[in-house]
Amino acid sequence: MSQQPVSPVRSLRVDRLYKEYTAGKPILSDISFEVSSKSSVAIIGPSGTGKSTLIRCVNKLIPPTSGTIYVSGENITDLHGAQLRRARRKIGMVFQEFNLVERLTVMENVLCGRLGYVSPLRAWLRRYPKTDIDMAFNLLESIGLIDFTRQRADSLSGGQRQRVGIARAIMQEPHVLLADEPTSSLDPKTSVEIMELLVSLTETHQIPLIINIHDVELAKRFTTRIIGIARGGIVFDGPPSELSNDHLQDIYGGENWLQ
Amino acid sequence: MSQERIWQRFTFAERLSRFAVFLGFAVALSVSLRTVEIIPEFLLDAPTQIADLLKRMWPMDLAYYPEGIHHAMMETLHIASLGTLLCIILAVPVGILGANNIVRQPLLNWLSKLILVSSRSVNTLVWALLFVAVFGPGALAGTICIAFRSVGFVGKLFAEALEESDPGPIEALQASGAPWLSIFLKGYWPQVAPAFWGIFLFRWDINVRESAVIGLVGAGGIGMVLDTSLNLFFWDRVSVILLSIFTVVILAELLVTAIRKRII
Repeated sequence: MSQQPVSPVRSLRVDRLYKEYTAGKPILSDISFEVSSKSSVAIIGPSGTGKSTLIRCVNKLIPPTSGTIYVSGENITDLHGAQLRRARRKIGMVFQEFNLVERLTVMENVLCGRLGYVSPLRAWLRRYPKTDIDMAFNLLESIGLIDFTRQRADSLSGGQRQRVGIARAIMQEPHVLLADEPTSSLDPKTSVEIMELLVSLTETHQIPLIINIHDVELAKRFTTRIIGIARGGIVFDGPPSELSNDHLQDIYGGENWLQ
Repeated sequence: MSQERIWQRFTFAERLSRFAVFLGFAVALSVSLRTVEIIPEFLLDAPTQIADLLKRMWPMDLAYYPEGIHHAMMETLHIASLGTLLCIILAVPVGILGANNIVRQPLLNWLSKLILVSSRSVNTLVWALLFVAVFGPGALAGTICIAFRSVGFVGKLFAEALEESDPGPIEALQASGAPWLSIFLKGYWPQVAPAFWGIFLFRWDINVRESAVIGLVGAGGIGMVLDTSLNLFFWDRVSVILLSIFTVVILAELLVTAIRKRII
């Protein structure tokens, strides 16, 4: 399958990112990496190393202390207000606890992904553009929830909710998709299905995917590149085949758990 | 090793302080009884007075309802409903201002608290007296009075509902680049809507009862008719008025309960 490369290439570049909550005690120091279209990257590391902070620094839900972030070549680090909101449309996000609006229907939750494009008045009157509604129907079909369109989000199971969360993020037509522990609230079988869906949807839409995940086996199985974070910095960056037990020891510490 | 182990719920000091609290209550009760200055003759006379009152109230002058009460009763309901609507319009912005997860300005939160507290700290009858002085006696004064009195109640509960809403969906909408108004309409509002309508109905229910009283100081409604009948010693009319207030309050309560069941 040879497809024409989409131009400009969708990409994310993080350059020398630092984050400290208390001055002099960086939780993330000197983080640099780049991902571009059709690649899926897993970020692994022990709890509390700042994986969630890293992901939230990318779209500035948490302001980074220093460093630069480029989305498809555009420097978004110093943006504020309306410009920041326009930049955030290009960054899709999937959450551990799904973060759906429970009392809205599946369709409305999916359409929430367009709120960055649609005026508040149109959103309030539920007058979304026809193209948005078509896109939502197509996505609902591809995630297998077309029969649930009119159901309220709180009537769905965990796996179904995460599917809706993924569809909402794809609706943004993002240039990069961030997933923060997307499988941690799900059972093992559903986790695999969600990983499959994330990888296949981002591949068909040519969106680079970055996943925070603590399940090393799932990371190795579904991604093409693994970034290991420990003690606030990147200690491993390479394909899953190169991730050895020594690396895992370095990332997580100890050794008994590896036997 | 085998020492006898004793367990007591309270330590000696705790028991002593509990006894001190009881003693304090007993002293306060006896002191306040002396200040009330009960006149024994009047107290003993009370049953006779009540019996006399009831005798004067019966039989009720039911014929008076269509000619003198019905109009006032409708006015009372209008005062309650319009007052509640006006109160909502005032309370929503003040409530949003007071929710510290939406407006992150302590000064504005404090300003909202000031408005809400001053609305609640003034009694309904005092608000009514104030607005009768401003607008003259009648339903307009009553409506404004009801609205101002309810703002504190509705605004406080609305602000609390907003503060208790789940930050997860809000974060998701922020991450999608949605403007503030869209986040409010699609993130906060669906979460607080049931609470909002519950508060609205509950306040309307309270306002039906309150607006029956404010007529006593001239702010329109059934209270004015009650005041006139009391002053002219028409006890058989007073009893009809009390009965109709009672009936309307019960009906309002039933209606509110039925609607609440449907929306929540």
